[in-house]
Amino acid sequence: MSTHITSIYDEDLKYLTRRISEMGGLAEQMVAESVRALVNADLALAQKVISDDTILDDAERQIGEKVIVTIARRQPVASDLRELMGSVRIAADLERVGDLGKNTAKRVIAVASASLPRQLARGLEHLAELALVQLKEVLDVYASRSPEKAKSIRERDNEIDAIYTSLFRELLTYMMEDPRNITPCTHLLFCAKNIERIGDHATNIAETIYYMTTGSPPEGERPKDDTTTSFGATGA
Amino acid sequence: MNMMSEAAVEKALDKSMSDAGLKMIGKDVSVYYGEKRALFDVNLNVRKNTVTALIGPSGCGKSTFLRTLNRMNDTIDGCRVTGKITLDNADIYDPSVDVVELRARVGMVFQKPNPFPKSIYENIAYGPRIHGLAKTKSDMDRIVESSLQRAGLWNEAKDRLQEPGTGLSGGQQQRLCIARAVAVSPEVILMDEPCSALDPIATAKVEELIHELRTNFTIVIVTHSMQQAARVSQRTAMFHLGNLVEENDTDKMFTNPDDQRTQDYIMGRFG
Repeated sequence: MSTHITSIYDEDLKYLTRRISEMGGLAEQMVAESVRALVNADLALAQKVISDDTILDDAERQIGEKVIVTIARRQPVASDLRELMGSVRIAADLERVGDLGKNTAKRVIAVASASLPRQLARGLEHLAELALVQLKEVLDVYASRSPEKAKSIRERDNEIDAIYTSLFRELLTYMMEDPRNITPCTHLLFCAKNIERIGDHATNIAETIYYMTTGSPPEGERPKDDTTTSFGATGA
Repeated sequence: MNMMSEAAVEKALDKSMSDAGLKMIGKDVSVYYGEKRALFDVNLNVRKNTVTALIGPSGCGKSTFLRTLNRMNDTIDGCRVTGKITLDNADIYDPSVDVVELRARVGMVFQKPNPFPKSIYENIAYGPRIHGLAKTKSDMDRIVESSLQRAGLWNEAKDRLQEPGTGLSGGQQQRLCIARAVAVSPEVILMDEPCSALDPIATAKVEELIHELRTNFTIVIVTHSMQQAARVSQRTAMFHLGNLVEENDTDKMFTNPDDQRTQDYIMGRFG
């Protein structure tokens, strides 16, 4: 894309792109570490994730301030304006991803005493892997600004939803087997939900990138395979 | 059965379209200054009770197009206009058209305020007088008052109507010129960078005025300020090198324009 006549305008936009990429990298790391801390009952790592969250919070606030100042000074229009509004939205999504990682890390202490069935840990790891792949891909799309790739990421969120649904069933089974499992399994259920939500935020970001590049929202409903909302309704 | 032919239906539809919305229609409009061609087959319609902004870099033809709408180009030696421009479906370049009458229907406000070296009252009264719009002194008083009211200048000018128009501030002078244009009850008002010589407060007052005038008039405005085009207009047309590049709803134009050249221009990028 051609550059602005006033070069400092380009610097402002580059600053935002760089800060969002940094936020994305940190959010990714926090999620990976929170799941590793959970699976390995690593309290020190969990504590690190919790304290890293303030870095993301600060970054989101700084991005918001930069956008406000840029709008006030430069009166952006067309794709510049969409870029700025998109930056605010993406920063907010990444900040939420960080919060979800932090929330998972906080539950490590509660779950650490209970021994996690190996199979369940693998399920959580797999869910996290998928969410992380999606997050990583969406950050690559942010760098490349490809609306086609943004669209394909959006269409893949249902994989994560499907695994989340099966984890949900599994956790219910453990709880029914032995009431002593209820406390740790409830925490794990929240952890699984946290990870599933990360997939939703990655999808939000993909939609924002699509809008930033094309000027129109992606067509059609996003796919939804999380069927846990109807569990128990039929007495199952 | 009483069925209209396809052509008749189309004609009826065209007519209802123009009745509903189109005040002026420009078809294949080209302008030549001697050998030099300044405008290339421009097709641009002006909608009724709408503010249409013409934007584009210097020398792109936007002012040239504006001036074809009330035949101001007639006054320039060697200037030739081809194509067709209609006002309420009547060709304004038809030899039978009285240019003075045309310019009463399609008024103009210029870049620099240019009041006559006469009193505020006379500045407004001049047009209605030569067009015979007022029979009595009280008729004329009414026109002067309502024109100044419409231009938002009445409260500032009512106690000094006999003072020279040139004694007003720049912003007031420009609103006096707008009042003068409004006084002959035009249908269309053309504005050629009406705020470029004004400070931000005077500019805001003129923009507010444009917004109010839209209820009764059709307005076409040439502006170098992209923000002004975005603020005051409902339709925007982008010119470049004598061509009409894009014409669109202003909302669309400033959020997601169709043409790359429009995008580069409004975003302040190199093309």
